[in-house]
Amino acid sequence: MSNMEKERSELLTEESEQINWTKKHLLDIDDFSKAEFDLVLKTASAMKEILSRPIKKVPALRGKTIATLFYEPSTRTRGSFELAAKNLSADVINLTPASSSIVKGESLIDTLHTLQAMGVNAVVIRHSMAGAPYLAAKHARASIINAGDGWHAHPTQALLDMYTVYEQKKRLKDLKVVILGDSRHSRVARSNILGFTGVGAKVTLCGPLTLLPPSINYKYHPYPGIEIEPDIQKALNGADVVMVLRLQKERQHSGLMPDIREYKNHYQLNRQRFALAKPDAMLMHPGPVNENVEIEPELIRCPASVIDRQVANGIAVRMALLYLVIGGKNDEI
Amino acid sequence: MMKSKLILKDGLIIDPARSIEVRGDVVIEGGKIIDSGPGAAASHSENADVVELNGMIITPGFIDMHCHLREPGFEDKETIKTGSLAAAAGGFTTICAMPNTQPPADSASTLSFIAQTSTRDSLVRVLPIGCVTAGRAGRELAPMIELAGAGAVGFSDDGSPVGDAWIMLRALEYSKPLGLPIINHCEDLSLVANGQMNEGKISTLLGIPGNPSISEEVMIARDTILAEYTGAWVHIAHISTAGGVEIVRQAKRRGVRVTAEATPHHLCLTEYAVMDYDSMARVNPPLRTQADIEALIEGLNDGTIDIIATDHAPHTADDKAQEFGLALPGISGFETALAVLLSLVHAGKIKMADLLYKMSAGPAAMLSSTGLKLGTLEKRAVADIAIIDPDHEWTVDSSVFLSKGKNSPFHGTRLKGKVKATIAGGKFVFNEIGKN
Repeated sequence: MSNMEKERSELLTEESEQINWTKKHLLDIDDFSKAEFDLVLKTASAMKEILSRPIKKVPALRGKTIATLFYEPSTRTRGSFELAAKNLSADVINLTPASSSIVKGESLIDTLHTLQAMGVNAVVIRHSMAGAPYLAAKHARASIINAGDGWHAHPTQALLDMYTVYEQKKRLKDLKVVILGDSRHSRVARSNILGFTGVGAKVTLCGPLTLLPPSINYKYHPYPGIEIEPDIQKALNGADVVMVLRLQKERQHSGLMPDIREYKNHYQLNRQRFALAKPDAMLMHPGPVNENVEIEPELIRCPASVIDRQVANGIAVRMALLYLVIGGKNDEI
Repeated sequence: MMKSKLILKDGLIIDPARSIEVRGDVVIEGGKIIDSGPGAAASHSENADVVELNGMIITPGFIDMHCHLREPGFEDKETIKTGSLAAAAGGFTTICAMPNTQPPADSASTLSFIAQTSTRDSLVRVLPIGCVTAGRAGRELAPMIELAGAGAVGFSDDGSPVGDAWIMLRALEYSKPLGLPIINHCEDLSLVANGQMNEGKISTLLGIPGNPSISEEVMIARDTILAEYTGAWVHIAHISTAGGVEIVRQAKRRGVRVTAEATPHHLCLTEYAVMDYDSMARVNPPLRTQADIEALIEGLNDGTIDIIATDHAPHTADDKAQEFGLALPGISGFETALAVLLSLVHAGKIKMADLLYKMSAGPAAMLSSTGLKLGTLEKRAVADIAIIDPDHEWTVDSSVFLSKGKNSPFHGTRLKGKVKATIAGGKFVFNEIGKN
């Protein structure tokens, strides 16, 4: 353990002093310092230890109430948050506004006022519109945790991905992380770009240019230091981590790509292409997987795949985040 | 007792229509300017009310070719009455109302409702703009001859571009003998797609669908080509992109009858205003980049852009207090327009007289169809006047706007320069002289 701690401090936080968590909300990771990433990973590691016990429950958040407010369907993220909260002894309520209510008239702000009146300590929000958690944070006294907003951010996914890589590789700096697929419409990609580059990894985006962020194609580059490589073979060459994104099937009728067949022929991760990555490369996918679309079925549970471990680590990382955000001093509600 | 004359004494008279900039007085009688210049007050001192200005700027009242008064149909957002109050507070004495009301202004009866309501309720001159197409639906021409007869000063489906090139071509042909502009909101909606802010670095970081500059440029290019083909007059509303400015510049060089307007917000704010998902900064076309701002300023200075228009677009609080993607686009602009634009003067990017020209004499030239002598302080001109203190510093508080629309991205901004009084038809319609 002390050895691991040492490695961690060398590799993540050079200025590795102890810090306290100061963020009231978790909206994005764009403003995370290395020390904050480090604190999340360390705390997640402690939570993972709890998950290995026969009784996976501690009283850290006893008496706290957490609401999940999902305006978009989700199974794993919502379940993961709910389990994480329950493992910490928090009470959980789940709200699922009808998806039709994301139209003018049904106000997110009204819903937050209701949750506030109920005395909720944290609200976990999933929303189809970028920035919705920011609007929520302006109008709520509870802590807001972003569980995915539009194309913008999915911070807990990025943190669990970073944790999963870190757990195996014992470092993040200088790793080559390839994000393969539709990063234009992907909050997972955006958050992972910020997360991995934020701790010194090298990120490469690969996909047809119609599915990469448009400003990367043209004049303005919002992510200095990342590489754009439309050629999948070149992109995968020497990769330490290959992160495959789900291809939304509706994309094929959107004019952004010809069809699934063409996509598979040129951008599916198959065994032959994955062999271009390093021999110890990790294979990741945020789920849910479209089998035999973005990834060859044989790869999903191959030895390099950590897809199931991502799910398990998701609980530990979300426990860590819930604990940091409302478990410490920062819980004046 | 009311005296017959009003004297504005010892101001800095800036009348850009005549390139006059001189310290002096302006004398008003019977709703008209009867004299102006150094010492003009001396020969008119009998039976006159005198307002001491101590060097404040006296300039023609502003003319706004592009605003939304929302009446009839959207009186929660604004009425002709509240819109005119806000306009007066911003120094505007003539405002042209866009026809995206409910019903849309595509018939003489709606125009006559607007005219009657304005006569009853408005402090300033309201001139209606009629629709290009019936119901603003983009499919059939509106009765433009009838609308012109009912007082329309131009035609626009503003808010909705005229998307079909064939209809735009016919609209230009049909309106040409009327001598009135087709004012197009230039955005190719197939390129806008679901775009909600400028496509670029910030939209990528925020994960907000982007509206690329090319959506505007493609349609400006189309419209200048159609105007060239027909010889008709097209006016480009709220130009926002460097590429669009260059297309208009080239078209003007070829002799195309094209004019263009820019708004205070496109001249003074960039896409960074949207950071933190501030829905107050959501507007169509979207706020662009600093390079676009520089191009707009260059366009103003070299004559490519003829006028400044506010695109005053009031909305209710609920319209804006939503997720960015659901919040309605638009900015309540009358009451901050001048002060925001003065930042360009203070920064040395545009000369005071040139700015005032683009807000008075420039738009007046587009309104020659009215037969009114607007946008100047010369003798016998209508006494429409704005009085400005260019050094007055203030902080924008949108909660005290006279407009019903409190939707301003400038709320909380410290600005230098303020309209202190507005005179319309010889009468004060706004007066803060002496107030701090």
